[in-house]
Amino acid sequence: MTKIKPIITERHPRDKLLRTDRLPHIWCPGCGLGKVLGAYGEAVLKSGIPVEKHAVVSGIGCTGRSAGYLNVDSYHTTHGRPIAFATGLKVARPDLEVTVISGDGDLATIGGNHIIHAARRNVNITVIMVNNFNYGMTGGQASATTPHNARTTTTRYGNYEYPFNMPFLMRAAGATYIARWTALHIKQITDSILKSFENKGFSFIEVMSPCPKGFGKKNKFREGIHQLRYFESHSYLADEHDLTEHAPSMHPDEDLPIGEFFADGGRIDFLSSQWKVFHKDEK
Amino acid sequence: MSEKYYLGKHFMMGNHAIVEGALMAGCRFFAGYPITPASPIAERMSWRLPEVGGAYIQMEDEIASMAAIIGASTGGVKSMTATSGPGLSLMLENIGLAYMMEVPVVIVNIMRGGPSTGMPTLTSQADVMQARWGSHGDYDMIAYAPSTVQEMFDFTIKAFNASEKYRTPVMILGDQVLGLMTSDLYVPHKEELEVIDRKIPEDGLEDYLMYDSKELIPPMAIAGMGYKVHMTGLTHNDKGYPDVSVVAQEKLMKRLKAKFKQNLSNIIEVEERYTEDAEIAVACFGSESRSVLNAVKKAREENIRVGIFRFKTIWPFPENEILDLSKRVSKIIVAEVNLGQLIHPVKENADPDCEIISLPHAGGAIHKPEEILAMIKKEATS
Ligand code: SF4
Repeated sequence: MTKIKPIITERHPRDKLLRTDRLPHIWCPGCGLGKVLGAYGEAVLKSGIPVEKHAVVSGIGCTGRSAGYLNVDSYHTTHGRPIAFATGLKVARPDLEVTVISGDGDLATIGGNHIIHAARRNVNITVIMVNNFNYGMTGGQASATTPHNARTTTTRYGNYEYPFNMPFLMRAAGATYIARWTALHIKQITDSILKSFENKGFSFIEVMSPCPKGFGKKNKFREGIHQLRYFESHSYLADEHDLTEHAPSMHPDEDLPIGEFFADGGRIDFLSSQWKVFHKDEK
Repeated sequence: MSEKYYLGKHFMMGNHAIVEGALMAGCRFFAGYPITPASPIAERMSWRLPEVGGAYIQMEDEIASMAAIIGASTGGVKSMTATSGPGLSLMLENIGLAYMMEVPVVIVNIMRGGPSTGMPTLTSQADVMQARWGSHGDYDMIAYAPSTVQEMFDFTIKAFNASEKYRTPVMILGDQVLGLMTSDLYVPHKEELEVIDRKIPEDGLEDYLMYDSKELIPPMAIAGMGYKVHMTGLTHNDKGYPDVSVVAQEKLMKRLKAKFKQNLSNIIEVEERYTEDAEIAVACFGSESRSVLNAVKKAREENIRVGIFRFKTIWPFPENEILDLSKRVSKIIVAEVNLGQLIHPVKENADPDCEIISLPHAGGAIHKPEEILAMIKKEATS
């Protein structure tokens, strides 16, 4: 057998947003995480904000490794705590554009308390939550977004709990920009990230992503492509009203509501509110 | 933005003196969560920080508070949090993160009775070992133990200086007695104080490394400088990139340990009084040392040759100072408001010929001078 050497013909325009010296990455074939990195990189380049003013904070897990591949100031923190870390960074340094990229286990499960309070404060950060419906890195255990009845390594007979519908939770908690896409919607994710940079306040973007090694293999999505096909055939554009319906079930008989669910420039953000109170005696 | 300080003489609460010391040291970010008996620190910070151009935020819990101050410090802003036992327990994981990332932060623990909820309104010194060993893995801690309101102010400045100088989390171990006590405080002009800021690399260096192993304490690039740093709690290489290997672990841990080992004499501070001719020494720290000093003075009036050895820093442990003391006295009484914690490193480091005696207290109050005096008398005659 002859060995085929990969030929690198040119560099990708987004290469400078990646720590190419850290590649290849650790993610599995068929994983959707690379798509999210690509969309974030594209948004950074399009944002008009200098790259050195962008910072990324991640937690622990597969998505938590995002910070380590992005060529911006990047912080890989503790499990569940990137939003709290990012809040400190943003409040101390309002000149920075701070984005949290982490998974559903990190942000919706162990870090659930932080995400609802960050939304309540309407603190000026962007949160990209990649939802792979399970704990991928630790071997496919159930998380707070694992669909009811889904099988994982800790729900062999089917999940008897019910998942969070994160956009609905974020709406109730006070986030001022809320969107949900799948790993197929690169352009939409990029646009949503750009809108989040512009949003004065807390922005939440959920990206449903295939996880063949963790979630997929136990739930009839053997390859990444199978889950992507499901996303393609089952997702439909929804508006805010649909938020109350149900969390993504990944069930063949149920649809996946996606879209830009909420954008409200009317609610004052944390930093402006703080400034207003501190300076209320000045005219 | 103008900076407002309250200079000169005050009659101030210990917790408030910590705030004034922190602001003088350059602290411009505080994240916290209410807890007895440390809340007056957060309360004062909430209105004092705006007066000096800083930011205060009340977080949803102590885990978040600790994470937030590390985040703020990576942005180059000196940061602090304050809590008591239960809150400190929640902060421990992220204290390890600050140590591993080498991010300067200051943590105040106004100790109260434990375990668990224990005695929220009453004192203790039972978190001494937690301060040093609470987070997982091998790490080091610098811990200051003030014993007066003035020292609450002074040692807070020292704590910030040490954290900035050594790029590491530093703890202040106060207690309920000191935190809520009101006493004399003198706030000097900023110019009269030594304030240390972390070393930051110059702009635009080609070969800058966040964790350059050629240096003991590499300069710390802050967010937004353009260095595109990577910081992680994972074992990492000189660049900060994850490197989970035996070789990388040994290299990193060796340097981290050396930061403390090579600076012991610069960090450690102890105080001895009446020990020149002493046969017995009472070792103590914090609020307890106030009772001890009173008892030692009374014993001296009765011509008992006893002195006091006070830890101003508890961690890193003053091994050489204790060994030296133990060679000069025949007995060391370790008086502490816990059931025997600091006595262990004292025993471990003292000369085997020196007898080490415990004077424990289950907590809720410090020892009465008479109780300490009784122990001194007993040991002087036995
Ligand atoms: S376990 Fe799942 S989420 Fe993690 S890298 Fe593999 S496919 Fe991606």
